[in-house]
Amino acid sequence: MKLLRELLQGMADFLGRAGAMTRFFGRLLWMTPAGLLRPRLVADQVYNAGALSLAIIMISGLFVGMVMGLQGHDLLARIGSEESLGTGAALTLLKELGPVVTALLFAGRAGTALASEIGLMRATDQLSAMDIMAVDPMKRVVLPRFLGGVISMPLLTAIFVMVSLFGVQLIGVQYFGIDRGQFWSEMRSYVELSDVREGLLKGLVFGIACSLIAVFEGYNAEPTAEGVGRATTRTVVVSAVATLVLDYIVTAILL
Amino acid sequence: MGSQLGLAGSRGAVAGGDNVAVLRGVHYAVDHKPVFRGLDVEIRRGEVTAIMGPSGTGKTTLLRLITGQIHADAGTVEVDGQDVGRLGRRELYALRRRMGMLFQNGALLTDIDVFENVAFPLREHARLPERLVRSLVLTKLHAVGLRGAARLMPQQLSGGMARRVALARAIVMDPDILIYDEPFAGLDPISMGVVMRLIRSLNDALGISSIVVSHDVREIALLADQSYILSEGQVVASGSPRELQDHPSPIVRQFMEGLADGPVPFHYPAPDYYGQLLAPGEAAR
Repeated sequence: MKLLRELLQGMADFLGRAGAMTRFFGRLLWMTPAGLLRPRLVADQVYNAGALSLAIIMISGLFVGMVMGLQGHDLLARIGSEESLGTGAALTLLKELGPVVTALLFAGRAGTALASEIGLMRATDQLSAMDIMAVDPMKRVVLPRFLGGVISMPLLTAIFVMVSLFGVQLIGVQYFGIDRGQFWSEMRSYVELSDVREGLLKGLVFGIACSLIAVFEGYNAEPTAEGVGRATTRTVVVSAVATLVLDYIVTAILL
Repeated sequence: MGSQLGLAGSRGAVAGGDNVAVLRGVHYAVDHKPVFRGLDVEIRRGEVTAIMGPSGTGKTTLLRLITGQIHADAGTVEVDGQDVGRLGRRELYALRRRMGMLFQNGALLTDIDVFENVAFPLREHARLPERLVRSLVLTKLHAVGLRGAARLMPQQLSGGMARRVALARAIVMDPDILIYDEPFAGLDPISMGVVMRLIRSLNDALGISSIVVSHDVREIALLADQSYILSEGQVVASGSPRELQDHPSPIVRQFMEGLADGPVPFHYPAPDYYGQLLAPGEAAR
């Protein structure tokens, strides 16, 4: 009986939080046109969320690509199709690995930074001070950060995929000696524009989800050191789960 | 002092009569625990009004009611003749543009420097030429003695300096009401003296009304025109600091004289001391 009660309470809490996040998202969407009228604020956040994530995205992308090169070559060599390495890697990266890994890295780097920054602003009364100065913190602080994240994610996804492909090429062509022309020309023959669109669409969807979760958790953080820490942890966990669930949903819709 | 500050005040007739804020029969509870039970407070225009009382009596909550951050469960909160509880967001923001508030910790925006912090309300609310913004900001910084610190970051300021910058930011839009939440907490005697002088002189030079929440009795006695002492959700005494000094109420006496025990007990409610010490195991907790 106690277990059932706790289960129901847990479900009620989850639904309550999901409802609050949906309302929060609605408010952000409603404010978006006004937010775009202040492009400087959004550009600053594209720099914070996007440009400052470039190093981790590029380094991770390179190594993910190199591992794909090693594993892909091993797999394809068993069936005698090593020259398909470029095509296989490109499709895997564009359609799945690129957007998902980028989103996970984004949640870990930019998402936590957003959540803790907004949470600390709440804890140090900076958001209340703005509100008292008749400046809506949702418009001035939350919205630019949300839009900055949404704009950054597809761009980071594209960069991640490009660097990863370079890593695959490094291993496949430079190390294993696959013919460079064959590697690239086969990729161009089999990879279609719709695959690129799918990757960018997923990047956009994950960008909306991860940015929303980060700003929501930060804005609603308890104004204590512990509360900000909890909000940061929740940002990573919820973003990771949301990314994987949304990945399934978007893939099922697009296929 | 007004000329020393480099400020000049001009106030016309405004709504609300002699009182800039009036709270009538205010009830407010948090998690069913009452904070105010029929609170009545009047803040006179052009004066420095102090809100005092032991910790946890809802002094900051009172400020949050006046600024419309929270709403009373019952009763009315009027500021400049407007019922704060009935205002929409747009009207509330219009009212708040006429208010300035100094937070206990300054609440400066930590990612921009002192100059930009003071310029923040101007940039958000008025499209002014950069030259005008610059001179307005420097005037206000000069008034609080920190013109030379314009390019420092908030992290480089001492507690007292941060509060003075926050004060410059609070007056940059020339408000009608200035609200101070524990302005002396944690300040050294010199900074405290500076902040005290600033509160008084800004009030008089700009012709504004000031509300100061504090439990620093000695400072308030020197500063305030009118004081309220809150306890258990109500006003237990009000008047000039001199009147409060001579007040017969035991709780007012305890507060004004800083006595450790009295109507406000030293000990938080707890079970019998010896019984708890001698009880075995879990019961001793």
